[in-house]
Amino acid sequence: MKTKIQVRDLKKAYDEGRSGTLALRGVDLDVYSGELLLLMGPSGSGKTTLLSIMGCILGATSGSVRIEGREIVGLGQGELPGIRLSQIGFVFQGFNLFPTLTAGENVELMLDLKGVKKSAAKKRAQELLEQVGLAEKYGAFPSDLSGGQKQRIAIARALAGDPAIILADEPTAALDSQTGRNVMEMLTRLAHEKERAVVVVTHDSRVLDFADRIVTIEDGLVATNDEGEKKQAAWAALVQAHSLATPLVA
Amino acid sequence: MPPLAQRNLFHDKVRLTVTLTGIVFSVVLIVVQLGLFFGFTTATSGLIDHSGADFWITSKNVPYVEQGVAFSERKLNLVRAVPGVADAQKLVAHWTQWKRHDGGEDSVQIVGINVDDPMERPWNLVQGHVEDLKSPDAIILDELYKKKLGVTGAGEVFEINGHRARVVGFTRGIRSFTTSPYVFTSFKNAQDFTNLREDQTYFILVKLSAGANAGQVRRDVLARVKDVEVYSTSEFSRMTTFYWMFTTGAGVAVLIAAALGLVVGFVVVAQTIYATTMDHIREYGTLKAMGAPNSYVYRVIMQQAAISAVIGYGLGMLVSVFVVRASQQGGAAILMPLPMAVGMFFLTLAMCIGAALVSINKVTNIDPAMVFKG
Repeated sequence: MKTKIQVRDLKKAYDEGRSGTLALRGVDLDVYSGELLLLMGPSGSGKTTLLSIMGCILGATSGSVRIEGREIVGLGQGELPGIRLSQIGFVFQGFNLFPTLTAGENVELMLDLKGVKKSAAKKRAQELLEQVGLAEKYGAFPSDLSGGQKQRIAIARALAGDPAIILADEPTAALDSQTGRNVMEMLTRLAHEKERAVVVVTHDSRVLDFADRIVTIEDGLVATNDEGEKKQAAWAALVQAHSLATPLVA
Repeated sequence: MPPLAQRNLFHDKVRLTVTLTGIVFSVVLIVVQLGLFFGFTTATSGLIDHSGADFWITSKNVPYVEQGVAFSERKLNLVRAVPGVADAQKLVAHWTQWKRHDGGEDSVQIVGINVDDPMERPWNLVQGHVEDLKSPDAIILDELYKKKLGVTGAGEVFEINGHRARVVGFTRGIRSFTTSPYVFTSFKNAQDFTNLREDQTYFILVKLSAGANAGQVRRDVLARVKDVEVYSTSEFSRMTTFYWMFTTGAGVAVLIAAALGLVVGFVVVAQTIYATTMDHIREYGTLKAMGAPNSYVYRVIMQQAAISAVIGYGLGMLVSVFVVRASQQGGAAILMPLPMAVGMFFLTLAMCIGAALVSINKVTNIDPAMVFKG
């Protein structure tokens, strides 16, 4: 297992008037290839902020974040898009598909960003949609697709850049149980079979079984970082401490 | 690139209609105003530009052709004696009164020529011949002004400044910038029509010999002929145009209206493209989160602007062609020379792309982190 993301003493402050808010207060975390890591915590704990910084979308106030060995803290805004494009694929809670493009064109867009020629992009997009089981939906618009199908298109789009890292923000929040399971199965396969590092921010306890590791964030710090049997206990403690709405599901 | 720009543009048909309406309005208004400007310019100097002369000799301080001051015709012989002058002819160009059959009167501009000379002959004749002007009282006028002057056909007799005038022919497309139509006649008739003394003229037109040095001929004329000005045809044409278009303010007025059309188009396009951008702001945020550089996002917006420009220009020009054609029957012709039509395309494109800059500024400052907000 290779370290794909290395976070050390990461701090992030949001300036709100004179009293700034410290969203992250010194996070240390490693993310490895071949694992699906769940990032969990109550609302406002800093998990989305952490995901954003790891995804080169937000800048850090201080600390270190290395993506595939490259330090990204302190990089100029002009350099970050290139890292996102080449290293990272995103899956969003709201799918964020382009409604005026077909499923295939949504995937082609990512390939176009990477400079792939149109005919090759079309072919690759078809392959990716096949991988997520939606080859027949190539010409369908997002408005004609179910939530699960949209999320699978989004995953295909995220894979189009052949990224080493997939960052997913609440990918199952808008989906029913079975569909959510299907999406998590797909993300797990991407981690285990394709040796990618997959980080999922979630409140959804239904996805616990899919995790290789659970990291809980509380008040801007890593509270627990557990694998195996300990991860269930960690989630239970979190639910009890913060009265989280979603109960533990066996 | 997948057709994101086109799809976003055509997705909201109502907004697209508003955008295109704004562009069409702008294109038509600018074409009409500029076309009027060119039409006016042509009308103000048409008599001079079609004279066939190289020089116009006038009294001193004559700022434009309608403001001629009579001078002695003896100067004609002096001019003819100047080396390099191949031909020189007297010309009357002056206002007088035309009496209609219903008793009403109109102002007309008499153009009195030497019928045997090629200079300042009426052009674009559609009925009659220039030589018909040799007959007594003969006049030729433009068919455009038939109704205004109460003329129904050739052969009719009217009264000009108390003198008999008989219509022997018609031209097409000879417009006067003022409301007074040109009436072509012989020099002798013109003297009667304008109360000009027999030994006077208003202008002398000069044709240079082949190879003559224009500057030298001009200097020689000024040295030999007192109290006159010598202008090249293009010079006198410019002076006349400048007076009517700018000193009177007529030209400035149409140019301001054209500029207004540009502003209106710009504002409408800027507003609708901005609204479209805001509607799709999350998509642009997603694009940036995916790693698209700002230039990629700009390209999407610019494509929308360019597509709007092309369609709006096409529709606008279609309407403009109808308007231009319809204007040919009226007193004020709207001209649309090909360079102007081509220039309008680039102006429309620049207007739309310039308007899109407002949206460009917005997307430049998108925070890609917005994509994580549900």
